[in-house]
Amino acid sequence: MKTRPFLAAFVTPAALCAVGLVAAMAAILQYSVRAYIPGSLEPGGYTLSNFVALMKPLYLRVFIDTAWICLLTAFATLIAGYPIAYALVQAKRPFVKGLILIIVVTPLFLGEVVRTYSWVIVLGNTGFINSLLLKLGLIASPIQFMFTTFGVVLALVHVTLPVMVIMLAAALAHIDPAYERAAASLGASPLRGFLTVTLPLSAPGIIAGVTTAFAWTFSAFATPQLIGGGRVNMVSNLVYQLGFASFNFPFAAALSVAGLAMTFALLGLIRLGTRRFENVGQH
Amino acid sequence: MSAFALHTLPGRLSRLFVVAVIGFLILPPLVVTIAAFNDKALLAFPPEKLSLRWFAKALTYDDFRAGFRSSLIVTVWASSIALFVGAAFAFALDRYEFRLKRTIEGILLSSLIIPHFTIGLGFLIIAAQIGIARGFAIVVTAHVVLVLPFVLRSVYVSLRNFDRRLELAAASLGASPLRVLLTITIPLLLPGLASGWLLAAILSFNEFTASLFVTGQRTQTLPVAMYNYVREYADPSMAAISVLYIAATAALLTFANLYLGLGKVLNVEQPR
Repeated sequence: MKTRPFLAAFVTPAALCAVGLVAAMAAILQYSVRAYIPGSLEPGGYTLSNFVALMKPLYLRVFIDTAWICLLTAFATLIAGYPIAYALVQAKRPFVKGLILIIVVTPLFLGEVVRTYSWVIVLGNTGFINSLLLKLGLIASPIQFMFTTFGVVLALVHVTLPVMVIMLAAALAHIDPAYERAAASLGASPLRGFLTVTLPLSAPGIIAGVTTAFAWTFSAFATPQLIGGGRVNMVSNLVYQLGFASFNFPFAAALSVAGLAMTFALLGLIRLGTRRFENVGQH
Repeated sequence: MSAFALHTLPGRLSRLFVVAVIGFLILPPLVVTIAAFNDKALLAFPPEKLSLRWFAKALTYDDFRAGFRSSLIVTVWASSIALFVGAAFAFALDRYEFRLKRTIEGILLSSLIIPHFTIGLGFLIIAAQIGIARGFAIVVTAHVVLVLPFVLRSVYVSLRNFDRRLELAAASLGASPLRVLLTITIPLLLPGLASGWLLAAILSFNEFTASLFVTGQRTQTLPVAMYNYVREYADPSMAAISVLYIAATAALLTFANLYLGLGKVLNVEQPR
């Protein structure tokens, strides 16, 4: 083992963490096929009834809403994030670059609670936007943003924008500027150079960004809970409600499993649909 | 030359768009700050009178104080354990080939994609099954798993830029592998280790959804306490504590950027 000092000592802790995560997922999988005994925290025998119950229109509706919100958020984030990522990579002065980076990255590290609460203050009926518009006389009564899909998506875009910008910027930063110069020297206008050279070359970053934004949106809990206020429900809210309001952990587990399956299926579809762009820009 | 030079029309439009999106990003923290300094309990823009009373109220609120203490315990443990585990594994990933290398890496990185509520529920069920109470151990474990990818990434990037000839020189002069590790490798990796630890600590301190599942009354972290507060009360103490949160996070990130190069850690710098 002389050539690989510390191998066992360095890998074992990480392997233990991996085992812990796998055990947690296995626990969910196992609970999802157990019966729920009302009034008891212990699950009953093995059954598929949880998954059958998922087929009720009430639950299907939440899954469809969740997928729709995730897709809307992912694409809105892409459109808002691309120019920012481009500006970040192109910025020459370190101060400007650092400033954009901090403004973009800070929300990433702020927890969901602080961010969502901020949006409640911005969007509420007596919140910032409505007070401003009322004072300016542009509207007669407050616009309803809270408890709407629009309000939830707006706040979720704010949550996922940082990670989208980081992934796009990582892709853009690794495109050789010589390509754009070559296009320019051959007579392409800057806009054409961007559309036909840089944009396609950043496709892997776009795909990575959209998939991550989708997964993160799916993971959101406080945003749909506080801004959706029970009227816009996502899978996460349902899982929490079942787990903590009715202690139906087996059904909460089944919902989680179905949620994971849906995420992976949709992400797989996005990948499949964009496969031809995957290898663009690789040498 | 940039495709969007300022003198062109697309250049101006895109510049405008960038400014608008940045405005969108900073609007909520800005509005929260105004609300926090507003003297009235009801939101009003612009505020008629400024005061610090909501800060005083937030800082003396028992649940926030207890939550802060719990968060501190969880964050220090989770980020330190994650740093140790992540740095060691990043080292092994960078240097060695071993069995299950990609499998372990894939599992650890998967916590980036698995929803936090799923991870929280999973650890909650495990805690119930093996009969441990909802103590700090399970909260710390969940946090370690959640922040580990960020430590891995941060340390791995430093290792990639590491000049291994320095280690070879030390070894050729007779230093044992342990001595090389302690006197050459770790000191040279310090910036990467520090930024990894800092990112992990910030993320752990802010983590909410998984914590909501795995914390109990006694181990309730600050974000969970804040969430419970928002659900019950509507006064601006919450805005005040949010402002403290935002300021602390932005300050730490600015520090990380100035001294440790956030751009490099996040991989958004142009390679030279």
